Formats: sequence, structure tokens, C-alpha cells
Amino acid sequence: MVTWANAPAMTAAFLASLVEAVEALTIVLAVATVRGWRPAGLGALAGLISLVLIVVALGPLLDRIPLHLLQLAIGILLLLFGMRWLRKAILRSAGVIPLHDETATFATETADLCEQARRHEARLDWLAGLASFKAVLLEGLEVVFIVIALSAGRELLVPASAGALAACLLVAGVGVVVHRPLARVPENALKFVVGVMLTAFGVFWTGEGLGVDWPGADLAIVAFAVLFLAAGRAAVTLVRRPSEEVLP
Amino acid sequence: MNMLRAFIRELIGLFVDDGWLALEILTVVVFAAMTATLISSVPLVAGAILLLGCLGVLLANVVRAGRR
Repeated sequence: MVTWANAPAMTAAFLASLVEAVEALTIVLAVATVRGWRPAGLGALAGLISLVLIVVALGPLLDRIPLHLLQLAIGILLLLFGMRWLRKAILRSAGVIPLHDETATFATETADLCEQARRHEARLDWLAGLASFKAVLLEGLEVVFIVIALSAGRELLVPASAGALAACLLVAGVGVVVHRPLARVPENALKFVVGVMLTAFGVFWTGEGLGVDWPGADLAIVAFAVLFLAAGRAAVTLVRRPSEEVLP
Repeated sequence: MNMLRAFIRELIGLFVDDGWLALEILTVVVFAAMTATLISSVPLVAGAILLLGCLGVLLANVVRAGRR
């Protein structure tokens, strides 16, 4: 059930998973374009099955880790993950590095697969399936990590999983209909927001893991998010470059 | 084996992109942890160090990258 208490975790899981699903879809579509839906679909399916196996195998282990240690470990990983996203989103918004372009990624992946086709014709279905498998597994691992991290020790697994699942189904559905990379998704804006939210969660969990009793309890996450959003916007203004100076 | 190596590299890359950023974040966390241990009666001091440290690290890293 969506409540005010679990809405931030659900929203963060939804937005982060949206970005990851769009990136995975681009690779799967490239594979399907070059080699057809069979290797692309089989690779993606194998990736999904591997993800389920990883979650089933490792999930129960999390219950055995003391809560403070789990919060600290996940908080630190969230800080590394979230601040990495936020830093990149700031630099892209400021024009310091180019925006991530799904159409370009699609073209690069298609060209790579065509080149592999030229060299290893016989093994291509295998290689194409592997590319699809790797994309789904890697992006899926990010989704799994985000869901686990956002729900750590607070019984938010169901809302966070629901948010992630909704995003993946949405992207898969749109991908099946349009058969094109979803280049019009405002990926950098999403990464900016998700980077802010993950970093806010990261500070909160790390602090809890260190024994900090944050004023306002869970509401502190919202305050942290506002602070990081303001800092991010200020950083964009501070380092903004004219578009022609953007580094490759 | 090369594919496995590439996979592990990508997996690490999920958390570490700019090595300096990762190192600076970990330094802030260690400093906050030391403060939480040394001044355990006022844990909010460690929280403040963590929050302000992360904000500072982010801004400093972005400004540095912008000047490169």
C-alpha cells in the first residue's frame, strides 16, 4: 500500500529502475535488430532468471546480518552509488560531459554486433544472446541493489519492489510497442533526481549505522534530499559551460 | 575469462567511477565513524560531519571536474 511513509522509497525505486530498464532495453533492442528476437529474448530471459536466482540465494543471508551493520554497509554503498549518479548528472547538466544518448548507444551496440558478425558468423547468436544477458543482468543487479538498499531494515521491500517492477514493466511494454530505443526519456533529469534521493538515503542509513538518531526520524531523508538538490543545482550553475565546449 | 573480468570491472564501476570521489566519500565516513566512537554521547556531531562532509565532497569534486 502507498503511504506517505513509503512513498519516497517507492518513488526512488521506480525512477531508478526506469533509467536502468531503458538502458537494458537499448541493448536488447540492438541485439534483436542485428540478430533477431530469439537470441535477444533468450539472453534477456537468462539474465532475468539469473537475477531471480541471485536474489533467492542471497536474500535470506541479509536477515542474518546485524541491522546496524547492514544499515552501515548499505548506506556506504548508497553513498558511493548515489553520489556517482549525482556527480555525473550535474556534470552533464552543466555541459561539462555530454548527455547520455540512447540512440548513440543503440548505434554503437549495433555496429559492435555487426563487426562481431563479420568475424565470428557461426558464434554470433551466442555472442548476441550474451550481450543481451549481460545488459539485463548488470542493469538488473543495479535495480536489485537499489530495492534492497531503499528497504533495508524498514520493511519497505514490498513498496520498493512494486515501484521497481512497475518501472520495468512500463519500459518493457513501451519497448515492445515502439521497437525503438527510448531516447526521449529525460534520462539526465531522472538520474539527477534519483542521485539526490539515493544520496539522501545513503546519508540517513550510514548515520543510523553509526548510531546517529536523526531529528525527525524518516523525515530527515526529505530534508537531506532538499539539501542535496539545492547543492546540485548550485553546482550546475557554478561549473556550467557553453555547449560548444562540452568534452567528448 | 576476459568476459568475466569485464563483467567484474563493470560491477565495480557501478559504485566507483571517479576514484577520488569514492576515496573522499570513504574518508568522510571513516571520520564520522571515529567521531561517533570518540564523542558517543552526542552522536549528532557524527551525523553533521557525515552530511556536511558529503555535501562538501560533492561540490569540491564537481568544481574540480569542471575546471579540468
